[in-house]
Amino acid sequence: MAFYVVQFLTGLASAASLFLVASGLSIIFGVTRIVNFAHGAFYMLGAYIAFTLTERFSGALGFWGGIVVAALVVAIVGVLVEMVLLRRIYHSPELFQLLATFGLTLMVQDIVVLIWGPSDLVGRRAPGFKGAVDFFGQNIPSYDLFLIVLGPVVLGILWLLFQRTRWGILVRAATQDRDMVAALGVNQKWLFTSVFAVGVFLAALGGALQIPRDAVHHAMDLRIIVDVFVVVVIGGLGSIIGAFVAAVLVSELNAFGILVFPKISIILVFLVMAVVLIVRPWGLFGKPEAPARRTPGLTVNPWRPWTSNERLAALAALIVATALPLFGGNYALTVGSEIAIFVIFAVSLHFLMSVGGLASFGHAAYFGLGAYGVAFLAKLAGLPMIVCLLLGPLLGLVGAAVFGFFAVQLSGVYFAMLTLAFAQIVWSIAFQWVAVTGGDNGILGVWPEKWAASPSHFYWLSLGIAALAVIVLRIIVFSPFGFALRATRDSPLRSEAVGINGKRIQWTAFVIAGTVAGLAGALFAYLKGSVFPDNMGISLSVDALVMVLLGGVETVSGAVVGAIVYKALNIWLVSQTDWSKLVLGAFIVLIVVAFPKGIVGTLDSIISRRRKSSSSNSPLLTSRVETAE
Amino acid sequence: MRNYLIGAGLAVLVAGMADAAMAQSEIKIGEINSYSLLPAFTEPYRKGWQLAVEEINAAGGINGKKLVVISKDDNGKPADAQTAANELVSSENVAMLAGTFLSNIGLAVSDFANQKKVFFLAAEPLTDAITWSKGNRYTFRLRPSNYMQAAMLVEAAAKLPAKRWATIAPNYEYGQSAVAVFKKLMSEKRPDIVWVDEQWPPQGKIDAGPVVQAVAAANPEAILNVTFGADLVKLVREGNTRGLFKDRAVVSFLTGEPEYLDPLKDETPEGWIVTGYPWYAIKTPEHEAFLKAYQAKFKDYPRLGSIVGYQTIKSAAAILTKANSTDPEKLIAATEGLSVSSPFGEITFRKIDHQSTLGAYVGKTALKDGKGVMVESSYKKGSDYLPGDAEIEKLRPKD
Repeated sequence: MAFYVVQFLTGLASAASLFLVASGLSIIFGVTRIVNFAHGAFYMLGAYIAFTLTERFSGALGFWGGIVVAALVVAIVGVLVEMVLLRRIYHSPELFQLLATFGLTLMVQDIVVLIWGPSDLVGRRAPGFKGAVDFFGQNIPSYDLFLIVLGPVVLGILWLLFQRTRWGILVRAATQDRDMVAALGVNQKWLFTSVFAVGVFLAALGGALQIPRDAVHHAMDLRIIVDVFVVVVIGGLGSIIGAFVAAVLVSELNAFGILVFPKISIILVFLVMAVVLIVRPWGLFGKPEAPARRTPGLTVNPWRPWTSNERLAALAALIVATALPLFGGNYALTVGSEIAIFVIFAVSLHFLMSVGGLASFGHAAYFGLGAYGVAFLAKLAGLPMIVCLLLGPLLGLVGAAVFGFFAVQLSGVYFAMLTLAFAQIVWSIAFQWVAVTGGDNGILGVWPEKWAASPSHFYWLSLGIAALAVIVLRIIVFSPFGFALRATRDSPLRSEAVGINGKRIQWTAFVIAGTVAGLAGALFAYLKGSVFPDNMGISLSVDALVMVLLGGVETVSGAVVGAIVYKALNIWLVSQTDWSKLVLGAFIVLIVVAFPKGIVGTLDSIISRRRKSSSSNSPLLTSRVETAE
Repeated sequence: MRNYLIGAGLAVLVAGMADAAMAQSEIKIGEINSYSLLPAFTEPYRKGWQLAVEEINAAGGINGKKLVVISKDDNGKPADAQTAANELVSSENVAMLAGTFLSNIGLAVSDFANQKKVFFLAAEPLTDAITWSKGNRYTFRLRPSNYMQAAMLVEAAAKLPAKRWATIAPNYEYGQSAVAVFKKLMSEKRPDIVWVDEQWPPQGKIDAGPVVQAVAAANPEAILNVTFGADLVKLVREGNTRGLFKDRAVVSFLTGEPEYLDPLKDETPEGWIVTGYPWYAIKTPEHEAFLKAYQAKFKDYPRLGSIVGYQTIKSAAAILTKANSTDPEKLIAATEGLSVSSPFGEITFRKIDHQSTLGAYVGKTALKDGKGVMVESSYKKGSDYLPGDAEIEKLRPKD
């Protein structure tokens, strides 16, 4: 019995550290709607700075002072980030801020290694909480007891802050309806900045408090960020109590789950999230999001098919790309194939995100399923390459059909997180089912047949399929189905009123996107000659998101440019420097500031503004559009 | 669409720069490792091979030609490692590939080498598959494999009186196969042993408190640990506070390597049986020479990564010198059965499975001046801990 009590308390201690970080993320998201990918980076910075301070100043005051000061220092960094970077892009398309915070995360990962060196650092134990307390023959670390108390204390302070101060009232109001708060004359700028500071402070505090039990190292951020997102979503976005309950739920299920299934930790949080979201689409304590008050057709320039001149230009670009084997070497051709494959992958996600308005955080699942589909068919069934390429993506189709059915019942960030959960479940199956998938050692020897083996042939194959994918998706965008999909995206109520079955339309779009992603994965398997669980991992899903956002969400084919720029740059930087993350991150941050609508999106609006001013028609429309923005 | 042009232009530019750098009086080795993902291991590793390159060129290079190592980061991803391998082979025209740390990356590059018929000397990946079940004629491996390290530990572990064993290992191929081999070899030597619990925390994400509690609840007499890095730190701290290691024997993979032992500082648990690298206690002339040169160049002590990096390039140079050619078939012929000296004594690249006989040190952890050290350590030759030829013939596919 004593054992179960102690296991329960241990779970509570894990929950406390998770809650600190999660509450910060939840507050930030609730008010600013920023999916703050850099939250883990702030957590890590908190730990590193606290390490330095506590090593420098010994004693109880030095330790506890060091922890608090570290959290404050990071909070100031957070304020700077908010003021210098995020303020510029609040009006960018939804999720664009994710791109900025992703760039920051990349930079911080390299910066901490530059400052603190590559080795794992182990900080001091907390003065006064070094030992353990005996509980009927079981030891409970006294620091765990401290954390168990701290969790509810922080919860209480936050509750008081939100219920009893004017600032808290404003924050709650903004969480519920920030447009209304702005209309009532509240200075949103400082409200956002202060909320961001509080959130970052909590993240850094959570990181700093890990010193006595963890090692401080440069991968801490990624280790926590996904779990924290999951906790926030299970609890319900913007709900502090929800975050607390979810942290306890996840930690306790893990603590007791490993007694029965020792391998469950790897997937547990995602299983819980998938179940919770299917049963309660807004998390445990979340409320349905108020319908967005955005003007239908906010997209400033209504989409239109290419003019014949533009078609010619695209054709010319394609012809030039086709000529690459005449002057490029084998390496250039292989890189070209890889870029073409990522163009396919990015346009498939772009189709879902821009046309369908459904941002998937787990799109790599269908890419990976396509790749595994090919690997199974080629290695186990021994089918010829053409057949594999045609049938392999069907695994992506099946996956998208099954998961998409559940996912499209949700919307916004909940949709994104459910797709993430499904992707992680698929990933862990590939990772765990060693007998079939080879586990993390993957499936080797999936090389193309002779006719496609030479780099130039494979390049032409990839390029051809990429061009085909872009064209087909464009045709779909401007087909009646595409219009129905955009109608569902822009105004669910009105589209329903005119008789569009929104869920079915979205589901179909999800399946189309999944299948195209599967096609990209199938080609990728042949390009690399092998398949690994990596091919469906979170980082690949994030890469795809970055490509789409970089190109511009509010464009028809911006993802093509996003994929080319991001992938080419990534490959080049990794090859040229060991600090590729720092440079790439800085580049992304610069792009975000220079092109607040993505590369293509910003270019588009510049061109159309010129066009408008030259023909000088309807200043009224322009001004109306700007108010809408 | 039109931006294909930019991508193409960029790629051509890269290829062009590489071509210009070609020179006749050089021999190039293409090296790939997880520099950005695992700097704790790969920084000392890089220093190790840099020292080797310097020594080789000071001694006249490879049959009079200058040795150049072109090093690439793999981002910790198999797919990126293949892109790097492709660049090294297609644009840099390297004579051979070398390096890699993670098992899945090692396997991806080895499959690439097999497909493109390029010589590959795997430095660090521990998986048995790379030389056995997925072995191929183009791939050789330097470090003692999972099996060999398990066999070394089993030798010491079997002498323990403990009968009830529990295991803690990261939940991926390395952890799984380490536990599987250890269990198999251990149960062969000690049929009386029972395995009472196993814990599989996800790599890099151990929730140490509940894991330690769960293991303690099974009340084992001895524990096998396979976690390393940050997970090990968390496990040790929770285990120390909760008294998990008190009066229990612990056998642990890799924990004696300075990369993993040094961060533990004064929390180093005492008396664990570990594999590792006690650089302060090795008094052979080969090692003293290496240590002196390393400390003189870098003003730092070597980690195990330094040895691996140093020996990878030293072995590669010996192979290239003996083959006196960059033809992969001649390189393979030169490597099979080749003996080279190393800081750990002479090692041989076996013909039968392309595994080197580099060994490892087995000893016990101890605390000295607030730091973790390995004591009572002794060198275990790799050749003594490999299965018989007949068994390997069964494990390894025919070329």
